[in-house]
Amino acid sequence: MTTHPITVEVNGVAYERSVSPRLLLSDFLRHELHLTGTHVGCEHGVCGACTVQFNGEGVRSCLLFAVQADGSTIKTVEGLANGDSLHPLQEAFSAAHALQCGFCTPGFLMAIDSMLDQLSTMSEAEIREALSGNICRCTGYQGIVEAVQATVASLQQEGR
Amino acid sequence: MKPPDFDYVAPTSVDGAIKALGSDSEAKVLAGGQSLIPLLAFRLAGPSLLVDLARVDGLDHITDQGDRLVIGAMTRQRRVERDPLVANRCPLLAESLRHVGHPQIRSQGTIGGSVAHADPAAELPGVVLALGGRVHVTGPAGDRTIESEELFQGFLSTSIADGEILTAVEVPASGPRTGWSVVEVARRPGDYALCGALCQLQLDDAGAVMGVHLGLIGVGDRPMRAHAVEAAVLAGANPADAAELAPDGLSPSSDVHASSDYRLHLATVTSRRALTQALERAA
Repeated sequence: MTTHPITVEVNGVAYERSVSPRLLLSDFLRHELHLTGTHVGCEHGVCGACTVQFNGEGVRSCLLFAVQADGSTIKTVEGLANGDSLHPLQEAFSAAHALQCGFCTPGFLMAIDSMLDQLSTMSEAEIREALSGNICRCTGYQGIVEAVQATVASLQQEGR
Repeated sequence: MKPPDFDYVAPTSVDGAIKALGSDSEAKVLAGGQSLIPLLAFRLAGPSLLVDLARVDGLDHITDQGDRLVIGAMTRQRRVERDPLVANRCPLLAESLRHVGHPQIRSQGTIGGSVAHADPAAELPGVVLALGGRVHVTGPAGDRTIESEELFQGFLSTSIADGEILTAVEVPASGPRTGWSVVEVARRPGDYALCGALCQLQLDDAGAVMGVHLGLIGVGDRPMRAHAVEAAVLAGANPADAAELAPDGLSPSSDVHASSDYRLHLATVTSRRALTQALERAA
């Protein structure tokens, strides 16, 4: 099958590649761009581990072909920290023990970061529902919910 | 879990898309891909060509036509969910979207894709059927509209013909004193419902129900309309009594998630709750 040229901007860097139509965006990020922070769990849109931000919205990168992403702007977990200083959400995950094995963490971070505005007005139950697209098998979610609440509170204190 | 090989084309016009679709008997339309790509990953579908509608002009819009809302097929679910016009003119649609998958699914999933996929447990086909909406399709022979009661033909199948493309979904706009409700029973938030009830009703000046729409999802091979319940409500029955008629004409299958009997029980429960909440909101 013929390959298609695409141009994408990932974490502020422009890439030009030629891709086969069947190549998933998750595999493109990991295998072509070597951005292995995006994790692949179920590979059929159930677990949320592969969540990235696509033109500013959280999406499952296993439910998108790289060829569909031509011309788009993508942010992966590698784009979250500012150099060596962690994003407030990453700091909160660390402080609240919101991860154990860490496999689901990049997906949670990218999903939460894409929804911070909405999460800031949500009750705990609503936060849990908003995060229901991401599965964690270690933590029981309590630490993750606490990390979201702490991040939202600290950003509000900073007046963001 | 890797999809099979296929060719890909991303036309920029409806005409171009129809030509591409007609060029290959094994071609499939790609809208948001949130149902199609898992089917490809499981190799349950093996199209030789995907025609991506994402770059087609004129399919991403929410248009107020007075008594109707027309929504372009490629309008992302997340946009419709957040749109103030939809919240105001078709609150049942706005509320139902919060039950569709997860935010990460809705940011890519489309209105037209979900309706054309016609999953019997999906909310959007249920809303279109319940409200008596219709869809606009375009094919090699031109444009036509399909009324919702003609659209859903069975499990994942519609009366949209091979070579035709769904271009817009049309739903009636709600009037004054309208109440609505979406009630689902599902194992986890975002899962397909074991059973769901989608209700919109309108009261007259005296407070009596002058119109009621009740759709049920997850209880058949397609979305269903609970005509017997609607008739009872219009005749003055209270929600509890009317909802007892919800299982009429239904014969849901049993599967690993729920038995047929349990789904029938849920049809009554969700109908009662949806009618009750819709009445409260209309009052």
